[in-house]
Amino acid sequence: MADSIRLQVSRYRPDTDAEPHWQEYDVPLRKEWTVLDGLNHVKNEIDPTLSFRWSCRMGICGSCGMDVDGEPKLTCGTFLTDYEPGPVTVEPLANFPVVRDLVVDLSDFMAKLPRVKPWIIRDDDHRTVEPDVEYLQTPEELDAYKQFSMCINCMLCYAACPVYGLDPEFIGPAAIALAERYDLDSRDQGTRERLDVLIEHEGVWGCTFVGECTRVCPQHVDPAAAIQRYKLKAAMATVKAFLLPRGGR
Amino acid sequence: MSDSVIRAAHDVLIVGGGGAGLRAAIAIAETNPGLDVAVVSKVYPMRSHTVSAEGGAAGVIADDDSLDEHCYDTVSGSDWLGDQNAIEAFVREAPRELLQLEHWGCPWSRQPDGRIAVRAFGGMKKKRTWFAADKTGFHMLHALFQTSLRYAEVTRYDEEFVTRLLVDDGRVHGAVAIGLMSGRIQAITAKAVILCTGGCGKVFPFTTNANINTGDGMALAYRAGAPLEDMEFVQYHPTGLPFTGILITEAARAEGGWLLNKDGYRYLQDYDLGTPTPTPELRSMELGPRDRLSQAFVHEVEKGRAADSPYGPVVHLDLRHLGEALIDAKLPFVRELCLKYERIDPVHELVPVRPVVHYMMGGVSTDIDGATPLGGLYAAGETACVSINGANRLGSNSLPECLVFGARAGRAAAEYASAAGSTPSVVEAQATDEVRRLERDLLGKRPGGESIAAVREDMQATMEEAAGIFRTGPAMAKGADTLAELQERIGDVDLADTSRSFNTELLAALELANMLDISECILQAGMQREESRGAHQRTDFPARDDERFLTHLLVHRNPDGRSRIEHMPVTITRWVPGERVYGR
Repeated sequence: MADSIRLQVSRYRPDTDAEPHWQEYDVPLRKEWTVLDGLNHVKNEIDPTLSFRWSCRMGICGSCGMDVDGEPKLTCGTFLTDYEPGPVTVEPLANFPVVRDLVVDLSDFMAKLPRVKPWIIRDDDHRTVEPDVEYLQTPEELDAYKQFSMCINCMLCYAACPVYGLDPEFIGPAAIALAERYDLDSRDQGTRERLDVLIEHEGVWGCTFVGECTRVCPQHVDPAAAIQRYKLKAAMATVKAFLLPRGGR
Repeated sequence: MSDSVIRAAHDVLIVGGGGAGLRAAIAIAETNPGLDVAVVSKVYPMRSHTVSAEGGAAGVIADDDSLDEHCYDTVSGSDWLGDQNAIEAFVREAPRELLQLEHWGCPWSRQPDGRIAVRAFGGMKKKRTWFAADKTGFHMLHALFQTSLRYAEVTRYDEEFVTRLLVDDGRVHGAVAIGLMSGRIQAITAKAVILCTGGCGKVFPFTTNANINTGDGMALAYRAGAPLEDMEFVQYHPTGLPFTGILITEAARAEGGWLLNKDGYRYLQDYDLGTPTPTPELRSMELGPRDRLSQAFVHEVEKGRAADSPYGPVVHLDLRHLGEALIDAKLPFVRELCLKYERIDPVHELVPVRPVVHYMMGGVSTDIDGATPLGGLYAAGETACVSINGANRLGSNSLPECLVFGARAGRAAAEYASAAGSTPSVVEAQATDEVRRLERDLLGKRPGGESIAAVREDMQATMEEAAGIFRTGPAMAKGADTLAELQERIGDVDLADTSRSFNTELLAALELANMLDISECILQAGMQREESRGAHQRTDFPARDDERFLTHLLVHRNPDGRSRIEHMPVTITRWVPGERVYGR
């Protein structure tokens, strides 16, 4: 194993740079070191002006997503030794506006998330219900939605999604997976409300089922399956609307 | 309004968007829908460190359990330093708060019949820890965050860092914050402020804590004139992964994991923690409290019975006998973390672990409604000290603490804000001063040659040396001297980054200043407490001394910047101080 590895890092400062450019840093290559450790070495020892987001360094907070050698990755779970002998490129996540260096602008996702109503909807308005006892939910009912509840909002699926890249109006994999997470929850009664949002023309229809979202997900969520299920639900709703009085509602 | 020094005015401003902050926001939106509430956080709320909590959240629900037993476990776990009125309120309200989270969609693990499942946890005599596999904090935080999106009336300032509280005449009137994306520095006024910024593990070099845990709320309160309480009590979690410090949850032991020394011997039996049994016994052996287990590790090292690793001495966590099915069902994150960061599969191999700084028992001193002595200033969660944790927190009490006292602080702050008058004009001048300080002293400064990383590293090494699992007066005094030098050096810190856009170097400088103040409070309180209690173990004063120290220490900041310690009595309602007994 070599002693060091070269990082090629995308730099961009809006106050001074017209466009992004590459900057190279040699960092120690150690078997325990992740790409994030390499970036922190740069920040602490070589160049304190490099900006990037990170926090938990254990793959759960979702802050440190970047494109590593062109693939969206959580840098805290991506090891430098996997890129020997280097160089390895580190860029901001694709498909997002770049704020600065490796920091992208997530405002679009943050605005889209509430639109799919990612909370429990009940016919009895639970804002006023004082909980005395749990809603029963068997382990099997829990398993029905569990994988869709594992999303950490890291945005790797948006960076990998060719549809989102072309059409920013597309509501996107993580948001749709979260809608499905609540739809499948036995405690929830909000499927119809979410469907109304998602069958709008850019809700789910943009997806051409490339499946990149599922492939890159670090939590093994399957957003592609969620999108597929929504297309089916939407098609069923359309058929019902056509066949049944009052649109089947 | 955007160019004015005052950016916006709210009734209640919550600083921090983790478990406590979001619970407070929802409490206000539900109970006082007419109030204007805002949450300002230096990260997006779902990035907050609540996300990393693994094992679970305690709340009495099982038929064989009782509120009194949860109280007694918590009181004895705190080495009788917890305030019993606060503990009683906490224990009483925790189950309802956890049920509320259930109604908000938290995917709690279940029994076959659909009821909530509970697991054992360290220092708890009954099974009462609710869990969502071993990603409990993650699921709680996302359930809270997603539920909070329902309340469109809650304004959020994401990725904005608060640098100062605005205070006039003993009352808080808002805060000054830097927008990380825009670089804009402006004041947000409010009639009440709730600090929910979490802990400060990053004052130590080896911690489970995230990069963001820099004690910002504690430092803001301290500088604004609110005292910090119980700061000498720092919790070492007995099982962190070497090198990274990543937490391996106590649930691993609750599910039956063993701690072994290098000879494969369950060494805890040598430290008055009980005798080994094949299946876990509550309040015994591996299910003893964290302070006692971390201390036992140090003794094993001294006896030469710890194993060697490239990152110093370790012991081994043995999960092999639990089997793959149980590990995958109850501890999937543990397996994932071991595989990724240690390249070890706990189904077949021993996991190397060592104690790691995990939690601050101390924080901003509050009453049981989250109120600080400063008018309009509230605090909840790890930032605060109510104090339910006293000298040692029990695992799985901190998540429900965020909920119970987040909600309480939210309701109390709402009531205060409803009655409070308008913001005095002097606040605008204060805000202008703060903007000038940041512009001139930090961003417009000539290079002084010091590096943030170097000062931070020295601070962390100093704290590990002075305020570790075992402490002495002279070592703490020496550490305090070094901190004073570091306070000088931070004045010469060189900011190479003068950009307005997402300047993480500026952020790091401000966080470091916060951590230096807090470090000083930890050592000053530690020197004053000449006894050993809970997580504060002094080899020069090895016994608990109820006569002199059955008392909280409050650290105040004098106008000259130096600290001053005062005593505050412990509230005892029903449980008179006694011996802490585990395993017998």
